Amino acid sequence: MLSRLVLRAAPAALRSLPPPVTVGVLHATRPLHTSKQHLAPLPPLPEKGGEVRHGLIPEEFFQFLYPKTGVTGPYMLGTGLILYFLSKEIYVVNHETVAAVCILSILIYGIKKFGPDVAAFADKLNEEKLAKAQAVKNESIEGLEAAIEQEKKEQWRVEGRSYLFDAKRNNIAMLLEANYRERLLTVYNEVKKRLDYQVAMQNLKRQKEQDHMIQWVEKSVVQSITPQQQKESIAKCILDLKALSKTAQ
Amino acid sequence: LCAAVLLKDMKLLDVKLGQLPSWVAMRDFTPGGILGAIRRGYNRYYNKYIDVRKGGLGGISMVLAGYVLISYIWSYSHLKHERRRKYH
Repeated sequence: MLSRLVLRAAPAALRSLPPPVTVGVLHATRPLHTSKQHLAPLPPLPEKGGEVRHGLIPEEFFQFLYPKTGVTGPYMLGTGLILYFLSKEIYVVNHETVAAVCILSILIYGIKKFGPDVAAFADKLNEEKLAKAQAVKNESIEGLEAAIEQEKKEQWRVEGRSYLFDAKRNNIAMLLEANYRERLLTVYNEVKKRLDYQVAMQNLKRQKEQDHMIQWVEKSVVQSITPQQQKESIAKCILDLKALSKTAQ
Repeated sequence: LCAAVLLKDMKLLDVKLGQLPSWVAMRDFTPGGILGAIRRGYNRYYNKYIDVRKGGLGGISMVLAGYVLISYIWSYSHLKHERRRKYH
């Protein structure tokens, strides 16, 4: 029952709190990107790690002791420490020491003999990996550069569109010109035909008039020749012919 | 003209010997702080000796030597009984 009381009091208590800020304001109050910017591309790995002398002691230790004790300082320190541990038997010499000596000697012999070869092999593997990644990158770069070249070529081609349009314009102009001239020729022919027709008509009419007039004149002349006149004219013609034949002889 | 650095922000190697107890007392000993310190130490060691192009033997050999040392220290109480002389 008491828990139910607490549960009923909870919403009232929550309402008494200030209203929750909106999401945008919350993000504004919390600063973003405060760490230093992540470089892209990432900086390359360092070539060599920290120097370690005899495989066990970092070089910084020797440099730390160099100003006060010179070069042999750390070695004296090491010798002194070893003698102290041995004499006070802080390091106890037992069967494990013999085992450690054997193991360490074999290890050191193996490392000294095969170390460089293993290192070269590992380096070769790394180089192959890097070369593959580089090849991918170079290929994509080359592909993109080829695309850029293509794009530039297309842009250059676009510059020639004025020539294309000029040629097309010329074509169309020639077509229009030819069409116009054809129609002009047609018009000329038609007009000529009509004018020829008119001329032919006039000629025909004049011809017919002439013929008709000649026929009428002949007919009237023939009609006007009376038989009397016909006899006289025939006698005259005979006399003329005789005269002519006399002169011709 | 060097600006005064707070004791708790100084690095360990810059702390004078007399200030050492107070410096140690100021460190962050919460679990989160200890975890952060372990992570920082690991990252420093990793980035310095292992995450390089041509890593050497020293990177892992130092870790193994530290392991040997710690295991010797932890088993010293048993090894004490194998000493050759009682009084040194």
